[in-house]
Amino acid sequence: MIPELGHFALILALAVALVQAIIPGMGLLRRRADWMAIAKPAALIQFALVLLAYGILTYSFIVHDFSVLYVANTSNSELPLIYRISGVWGAHEGSLLLWVLILSAWTAILAMYSKHYPVDMGAGVISVLGFISIGFLLFSLFTSNPFIRLFPVPIDGGDLNPLLQDPVMAIHPPMLYMGYVGFAVPFAFAIVALVQGKLDTAWARWVRPWALTAWVCLTGGITLGSWWAYYELGWGGWWFWDPVENASFMPWLTGTALIHSLAVTEKRHALRNWTILLAIISFSLSLLGTFLVRSGVLTSVHAFASDPTRGIYVLAFLGLVVGISLSLFAFRAWQLRTLTPFSLISREMALLTNSVLLLVTMLTVLLGTLYPLILEALGGGKISVGPPYFSRVFIPLMIPVVFLVAIGSLIRWREDSLSTLIKQLRTPAILAIVFASVILLLLPGKASFTAWFALLLAFWVINSCFVQLQQRLRHSQGLLQGLRRTPRGWYGMILAHIGLGFTVIGIALSSVYSQEQDVHMVKGDTRTLGEYRFELVDVERITGPNYQADMGTIRIYKDEKELMTLHPEKRIYNVRKNVMTEAAIHSNLLRDLYVSLGEQRNANTGAWSVRLYYKPFILWIWLGGLFMVLGGLLAVTDKRYRLEVKQEKVKLDANHVTAS
Amino acid sequence: MTPKQKQRFILVSLLVVGLSTGIGLVLMALNENINLFFTPSQVVAGEVPDNQRFRIGGMVTLDSVEKLDGELTVLFKLNDSVKEVQLKYAGILPDLFREGQGIVAEGKLNEEGVFIADQVLAKHDENYMPPEVEHALKVSGGDYHNNEAKE
Repeated sequence: MIPELGHFALILALAVALVQAIIPGMGLLRRRADWMAIAKPAALIQFALVLLAYGILTYSFIVHDFSVLYVANTSNSELPLIYRISGVWGAHEGSLLLWVLILSAWTAILAMYSKHYPVDMGAGVISVLGFISIGFLLFSLFTSNPFIRLFPVPIDGGDLNPLLQDPVMAIHPPMLYMGYVGFAVPFAFAIVALVQGKLDTAWARWVRPWALTAWVCLTGGITLGSWWAYYELGWGGWWFWDPVENASFMPWLTGTALIHSLAVTEKRHALRNWTILLAIISFSLSLLGTFLVRSGVLTSVHAFASDPTRGIYVLAFLGLVVGISLSLFAFRAWQLRTLTPFSLISREMALLTNSVLLLVTMLTVLLGTLYPLILEALGGGKISVGPPYFSRVFIPLMIPVVFLVAIGSLIRWREDSLSTLIKQLRTPAILAIVFASVILLLLPGKASFTAWFALLLAFWVINSCFVQLQQRLRHSQGLLQGLRRTPRGWYGMILAHIGLGFTVIGIALSSVYSQEQDVHMVKGDTRTLGEYRFELVDVERITGPNYQADMGTIRIYKDEKELMTLHPEKRIYNVRKNVMTEAAIHSNLLRDLYVSLGEQRNANTGAWSVRLYYKPFILWIWLGGLFMVLGGLLAVTDKRYRLEVKQEKVKLDANHVTAS
Repeated sequence: MTPKQKQRFILVSLLVVGLSTGIGLVLMALNENINLFFTPSQVVAGEVPDNQRFRIGGMVTLDSVEKLDGELTVLFKLNDSVKEVQLKYAGILPDLFREGQGIVAEGKLNEEGVFIADQVLAKHDENYMPPEVEHALKVSGGDYHNNEAKE
């Protein structure tokens, strides 16, 4: 009975979404305040209904209701409580429900804040979000209903994929989804601006916190996913240019361009069309990501068994969204054109150049991801595009981007002189050369130009952040007062840019100086990797809560001194009989030591294949991601957004309510 | 030029330069990094150009996996239910690699017609069939299509 309630709640949510989409939307076009007033209650009711449906599905997981097909497929009576809760989004149907839940939650939050926006803007945005919600509720109800019953009821469930039985994996999908779905809000704002044919600086200020929040979630989700892949998949890689990774990376690239372009639109009232276009593209790429993950059209490590009709549905929905929003853009964008001149040497120009580069980068990733599909559709046979393609294209495009980050945050708006700029950046440049060279000399291993150049770029960015700090403080009286007066958004930017520097350092040093060996070892064998000596001491059988495992004992020596003992595991989960590699990793800021068990090669001799890695500075990759997330969070909570929105509200509400 | 024209000129040239750099890089990189996909039947029929890196997909033949002693090398066969190709891989196999499972391998053929794999891909989900393998089975008319062929 209870699962039917959930199903029913979902159907009701669809009905409410129709109301939420159509009535305020019509109200916006006909300028009827009473119709627009429906937006807020509708958004809240829809959220309550979806939350109810989601809660019921979670309840079915917790009480092991295996009469629900989805629960029977993805849960098991041995599964610990935490993974029964996260198991709700462990497969397609539930994760789609999570998508809808997050969308309705964002909408509800927006509705709660709607008194900060003019009535028509708030109603319009909620209406657009309602249309998106209709699309996904239909998708959920007709192709992937999580409440379908199973008869006869199985005694036990099929278990959650063991790869997903991990704390990070429990947070990674919701984070990514919050990012994906988060871009629906700037998208909705963009659509309303196009429909109304007007876009002022206040608009940019409303959108910025939303775009930033989405960007923060996406950054966090990607960072966690990459870290998870590194320690959980057992082969020590952290990015594979896999189609599904690309699917999350593409909206990140354009989302990054969007938050910067929004800054220009807010501060200088320029690049308005560009901002709108980026908002549309970012959300479209989020939908494309959902399509790629769910349709199974591409060979990907994420490609779980999936149903082609689902793929076609998402593709049709994507076509509809892109088609409508781009035609609207084509017809209306000219109304938003502005004349805010800026010179070649200006912050506008630096930010614009970088956002164009990010867009071009996104296009190259898109091409590499979709090329196999396009070629196959044209009858060109089956091909795949290898990771070297992406590195060859991505790195040359990222070099100018990172280079310009330092300039873009330092240069003046509108117009600056080349000579002052050079004067400001001389010291950070010289220091960057010094730091990069000194670090290169301190690093063990052969000096590498790639590593040096990457260090140079990273320090160029980091040093320029300190120049900016110095400039900020120059005009203030005391140091403390100056620091306190500086808005949070500025600190956020500095943190995020330093994070970028860290990530560059991590990527370059770990890829240049890593040492890897796949070896065949029997008990007592030792192997040397750089300054470290690994000894396989033992492999023994152990029993975990829902798995059996072979646990290795590997002792690591440095300079003939025992450094540590690591215990990698090879697990076999009881229910599905999946084999899982649990790598053992010792990390610090300077290096990771990574060991994982391959397979038993010979039961008589006790021989195993073992993977041994030494990865210097790899932690910095994710440390950089963490800094970007923290920076974004600081910027979102900048009180400027709240304060000015309130002032704006008084002024605009008076205009708009009477006008409508 | 008016300031507006000048600005538009800057924007357009920026886009053109950006896009053409991108396209140039893409073409260069694509040229060298595309892996063609072949089925075991196509490999046996000699359709693969000499010394070409490619991907092969199929099912791991039952009882064909042989682990050499004292080293990492593994020998196994891949089939598309019609033809079979011998593979050799010196490395650690993915967790989901097992006999009867669909996998994709990347590498080159040596002179004896043995495929020397430097990468073996299996998937997260045991029910999942890589699209290439499914395609390989379909092309060869193997498995479930056999019945139709007889009729």
